[in-house]
Amino acid sequence: MRSLSQEKIVKITTDVDTLRSEIRDKSVRVIDVRREDDYKQSHIPNAVNLPLATLLSDDSPERVIKLVNSMGIDDETPVVVYDDTFGALASRVAWTMEYLGHSDVSLLETTYSNWKSMGLENDNLIPEIQSKVHSMKLNSNILATSDYLESAKGKEGVILVDNRERLNYLEQHIPGAISLPYRTLATNGKILRPKEDMKRLLDNRGITGESEIITYCGSVGTLSGLAYYALKSVGLPNAKLYVRSFKEWKSLSKPTEKQQDANYWDLSAE
Amino acid sequence: MSTLKQSRVASKKGKINWARSQEADYFANTVKLYRQGKYDSDSFRRFRLQHGAYGTRLADDYAMVRIKLPAGEIYPHQLDKISQLSEQFSIGSAHFSTRENIQLHWVVLEDVSEIFRGLAEVGLTSREACGNSVRNVMCSPLSGVCPEEEFDATPYALATARFFLRNPMAQNLPRKFKFNFTCCEKHGMVRMVDVGLIPQIKQHDGFNQKGFKIFLGGGLGNKSYVGHQLEEFTPEEDLLYTSIAVMRIFDRLGDRKNLARNRMRYLVADMGWEKFQNLVLKERAVVKATQSVVTKLNVDYTPTEIKRPVRITDETGSSPEGYARWLKGNTFKQKQSGYHSVFITLEAGDITSNQLHVLSELIQDFSAEGLARAGFTQNISLRYVHEADLPQLYLKLINSGLAKSGSLTMAAPIGCSGTTSCNLALTNSHRLAKEIQRKFLELKLDEDDDLRESSIKISGCPNSCGQHGIATIGFFGGGGRVDKDMYPNYMMQLGGRSDNETMLGVSCLRVPAKRVIPMILKIIELFKQNKKPEDDLKSWIHRVVNGIDDSDISSIDDLKKILLPLTIPPSKAEDPDFYADYGSDSSYHTKTGKGECAA
Repeated sequence: MRSLSQEKIVKITTDVDTLRSEIRDKSVRVIDVRREDDYKQSHIPNAVNLPLATLLSDDSPERVIKLVNSMGIDDETPVVVYDDTFGALASRVAWTMEYLGHSDVSLLETTYSNWKSMGLENDNLIPEIQSKVHSMKLNSNILATSDYLESAKGKEGVILVDNRERLNYLEQHIPGAISLPYRTLATNGKILRPKEDMKRLLDNRGITGESEIITYCGSVGTLSGLAYYALKSVGLPNAKLYVRSFKEWKSLSKPTEKQQDANYWDLSAE
Repeated sequence: MSTLKQSRVASKKGKINWARSQEADYFANTVKLYRQGKYDSDSFRRFRLQHGAYGTRLADDYAMVRIKLPAGEIYPHQLDKISQLSEQFSIGSAHFSTRENIQLHWVVLEDVSEIFRGLAEVGLTSREACGNSVRNVMCSPLSGVCPEEEFDATPYALATARFFLRNPMAQNLPRKFKFNFTCCEKHGMVRMVDVGLIPQIKQHDGFNQKGFKIFLGGGLGNKSYVGHQLEEFTPEEDLLYTSIAVMRIFDRLGDRKNLARNRMRYLVADMGWEKFQNLVLKERAVVKATQSVVTKLNVDYTPTEIKRPVRITDETGSSPEGYARWLKGNTFKQKQSGYHSVFITLEAGDITSNQLHVLSELIQDFSAEGLARAGFTQNISLRYVHEADLPQLYLKLINSGLAKSGSLTMAAPIGCSGTTSCNLALTNSHRLAKEIQRKFLELKLDEDDDLRESSIKISGCPNSCGQHGIATIGFFGGGGRVDKDMYPNYMMQLGGRSDNETMLGVSCLRVPAKRVIPMILKIIELFKQNKKPEDDLKSWIHRVVNGIDDSDISSIDDLKKILLPLTIPPSKAEDPDFYADYGSDSSYHTKTGKGECAA
């Protein structure tokens, strides 16, 4: 039993067939993080709705634990999260659960649009949820604050990864960060590349096992949340999310870097 | 031609696989060795260029990947793949070059192998797109549909590309080497390249023999030359022997020491045409006599299958707004009755990843040949669109921002990448081309028949990637100075052309970047005042630069006198914007890195 439960911990994504059978067994809590209107139109059967904006309006652990309790999740409840935004919003919610100390949370391997286009079950029924009580054991190992980042980023063995688009990175980034745009993480129809593929990509970029890796993106840790799970999907043990990301970094007037002497924006066709 | 209709399911794939998937692993490993210091930087640069990854402006960690489209052909699934790759590894857009390549810029060097891997999935390669090799073999986007052509050169262009790609004889030439095939004299582009070819049919003992007019030793660059015709007629069976002979001479005699003068055109110019011509003819006899097996081009003569796609929706209704203007400026009536080639206007060749995906869909929905062709002017064309389908295609293009007018007119200037990504660039030629295009479309100059055959081409330095030498009005970048203050400046050349009367533009004046648009408009105004009834801008400028016009402006000197006041710099206090280049708020200064053309 023990080895099985350990295996569960490293499960990053849940494939479509597994989720369908778990839903049939009622052995899972599915969280839909899309907007309430979208959720009301249709969703995966029995899924509860936690719009990302609701979470972000106050994501203090005290508030989040209440949300988690109200979704009927206790320490033992397996949770699967999905969105319709290539997995980034779902990742942010999943990471938050992990931060609270919930270990059994994973991402649906695909988006809701894909789920629907495959003709899979969906309805617009709102499930009745019995509230539960979740403990709070903050997993601060997976969080990077600006202070932490500032002290860590120069150190050997620490890799800082910027998951925004390339042009944003060129324009301004945290000194020393490497650019790994969130789009590189997905593959046809899946929010994350297959393990071997992802491993090769990260290996090429020097993102390997021994390092502490901190991801960040533009503002709220969604794109970099997805990257956090990409790192975990290849078994990199020491990943952290700078959840307040570049928006906070800039507002604190911390140092930034840019690619000088090139008019790269004029090359874009936007 | 079949009138069968095909459904979307039968999306066509290219017949030739240009890729070798193992090159991706090899490249990835070599990058690792280079980063570990086990590969010296000169050898690494040569290796990188040979595989089609070019350096990026003042940034060692980035590359530009140049994807070759031999004969300009690109299939729907290939566009989709490039769309995906540009989103994942580049800046969310891609760039059509003047030589039928698609370029992905600002790629992290470590990701280049991932792009190779993706390209290999769809049969494309960037191998030998840079470096001292046979660069992409071009073919006119109108080959096969041009009413003036004698036969379709496309299969020969493809066969030539196939023969030289990864061919040991083309791995270490003194310098890069370029082939252009075209359709006809008018659409040209064959006298300004190492080897240019126009298909030609000769009556011979009562039967038609296929062959080519071959032009050698032309080229645009820091110093440009117009090519010479080798002989009156080169039969098709001699095409490959001639190509091999020319490359052997270049390989043997080309200047491997003086990087600035090592293109074949300098060899031809130094030696004199007649001597070079004789050498080629002799060498060809030797090549023919000494091949141990018969060496032949593998020309695929199978005609392209033409099936008009099924129309999904009703086609009735009045024509959409702007349609007539677009139809006039963007479509070309093919020799095949009822069919048009549609040219998509891009801004200086740039296209978003989403637009690439849309194009892939549109090819499948509208092109009866099921593929697209990159053009000579940083653009792409969908051919074999039935005339009844044009309004619908136009609507679809509008929805994706691809319906700008004027792609076949003077309103579609060429601009090389300039300071957006190139190490050698002195000015932002790329943005300038976009600014000119916006102004021309705003003034509806794309609708002016007098301007249609003229062109504007801009390079960010004297090296001619923007082909300024063959433009009616061409510009190349440099710096100007008032006391201590520098401003972006362009040398303007007039009267260049690349058709049967190919000539290089004649230098006129240095024009500050922020005065280029008023300058062009002033020239158009002068033309309108002085033109003869049958004139267009191209013919008028041609007479002026050749000093044979009889109006008030009879020579380029007359023109200079009138235009000179436009070039006088204001003081920095009067007009600070004058001292900044397009796309930049700060004062202009020149800054360049090492060129890689010669590596």
